[in-house]
Amino acid sequence: MIQSQSVGVVTPQRVVFDEPLALKSGAVLPSYELTFETYGELNADRSNAVLVCHALSGSHHVAGHYADDPGNIGWWDNLVGPGKPLDTREFFVIGVNNLGGCFGSTGPASINPATGRHWGADFPFITVEDWVATQARLADHLGIERFAAVVGGSLGGMQAISWALQYPDRVANVAAIASAPKLTAQNIAFNEVARQAILTDPDFHGGNYYQHDMVPVRGLRLARMIGHITYLSDDSLAEKFGRALRHGKHIYSYDIEFEIESYLRYQGDKFSRQFDANTYLLTTKALDYFDPAFEHGGNLPAAFARCKADFLVVSFSTDWRFAPERSREIVYALLHNRRNVSYAEIPSGAGHDAFLLDDAHYHAVLRSYFGRMKR
Amino acid sequence: MSPTTYRFDFDVIAAWISPGETVLDLGCGDGSLLAHLVETRGVRGWGVENDPDNLVACVANGVNVIQVDLEKGLAGFEDGFFDHVIMSLSLQTIHNTRAILDEMLRVGHEAVVSFPNFGYWRHRQSIMNGRMPVSESLPHQWFDTPNVRFFTIADFEALCADAGIAVRERLAFDDDRPVVEEANFMANFAVFRLGRS
Repeated sequence: MIQSQSVGVVTPQRVVFDEPLALKSGAVLPSYELTFETYGELNADRSNAVLVCHALSGSHHVAGHYADDPGNIGWWDNLVGPGKPLDTREFFVIGVNNLGGCFGSTGPASINPATGRHWGADFPFITVEDWVATQARLADHLGIERFAAVVGGSLGGMQAISWALQYPDRVANVAAIASAPKLTAQNIAFNEVARQAILTDPDFHGGNYYQHDMVPVRGLRLARMIGHITYLSDDSLAEKFGRALRHGKHIYSYDIEFEIESYLRYQGDKFSRQFDANTYLLTTKALDYFDPAFEHGGNLPAAFARCKADFLVVSFSTDWRFAPERSREIVYALLHNRRNVSYAEIPSGAGHDAFLLDDAHYHAVLRSYFGRMKR
Repeated sequence: MSPTTYRFDFDVIAAWISPGETVLDLGCGDGSLLAHLVETRGVRGWGVENDPDNLVACVANGVNVIQVDLEKGLAGFEDGFFDHVIMSLSLQTIHNTRAILDEMLRVGHEAVVSFPNFGYWRHRQSIMNGRMPVSESLPHQWFDTPNVRFFTIADFEALCADAGIAVRERLAFDDDRPVVEEANFMANFAVFRLGRS
């Protein structure tokens, strides 16, 4: 049995990019800052770097904890560390807070140097492709010409896929987990409900709530609640909460009666205290826009023709937000182009959230994949 | 049934594969046949598996593996994409025999199928003695076997004739010894090269 450990205490780093960034929307960002963390050591020929891309609510804090905040453990700590499936004794692992984020990188809550005020509603729309472009600049900054792998789950998987399409010579392996080549109408619909919750919150002030010293807490809370419902499966909700009652009986009130209500309110409250509403809006739009086949008349295999990376694609049986069928589309598009691709459909009751859990079979697949890479 | 049990069937199959072909291996196990074909024939290969442990083994062995439940066919795989679609010692574990043979010949120009021959004389003897056959080629007990279809070489040939499948070549073996005459009686397994009639 391999003894796995935490990477221990980690410290975020920051880097400022002064070269203007032309965004896919046509807007130009004159300068920006990225916050990132690294784990493990970059080897002499700089060939062991792995980029971990985060999803909607994630950050650069992938693994380990902070000296002044030991309870703040990285969101993929079960995957990344010494002896873990993505072994930091072998790989130099990088987590970066995406542009437009709210955990240190330049985003809507940052000060716009042109106005001296918060960017707010003026922050440009960001796409998955834009994130990848900024990550490539970070790679340049760190002296990494080619990643051994780019890894991500959900929206992070979209970034990993986009890496193979935007920079085919700069990534050897892509692991796209619980991801999709584009969102379905149903998925966009959930995002739109979440956005409307924020946009119609009276405290939103057209996105410039910072000036009013307000936070659209109610909107964010609702957005997160609906998100959480879709990240879990019907079965996992039934198993975790069922119809369990807080008071053991019906009290005929709009206060918490069913435990599922308590869970959703707790998750919503927690999230609304730590996440920026504008970042939430931007990020859900980035999810909606992602569709590499769009420029190829909807032909995904044609979009993948330029890709050179080897792929690992993983989905989870009860994930209905990023269903196995979406992952299979990626697999068959890669197969069409005769790329090396492996695909695992992990039996799991946990829905979309499964990609963050340490299911034994799931982690065995990842451990084998990364283990094979280092040889 | 692990494909490593019959290493020599790898050589038989490899002999039918031209260098550089595009190959699909259904029920690829730990990927050792594909690894063999990559090594000896330089094929571009993908395996199909549905067993979690085999999947992990393929990934660890650096063999492309795609998780598919073969009972549901090969939807998603393109017509005529593969030069050869191989199924080594797995056909007897699939309920939907005819559908999977059709699928193999849809996505591949030729199919290569190997299976244990339930008509082998020792198996017949075992049945005559009142017990289901258990041997090196049929290692499971009736109550724990993964096999769900029990057929002979003659049965398979009848199915091919009925389904418009051309038998382009057939090799039969008694363990590793080639069997030329009375294959349905003397051989405990067979390898077929199939095409469309």
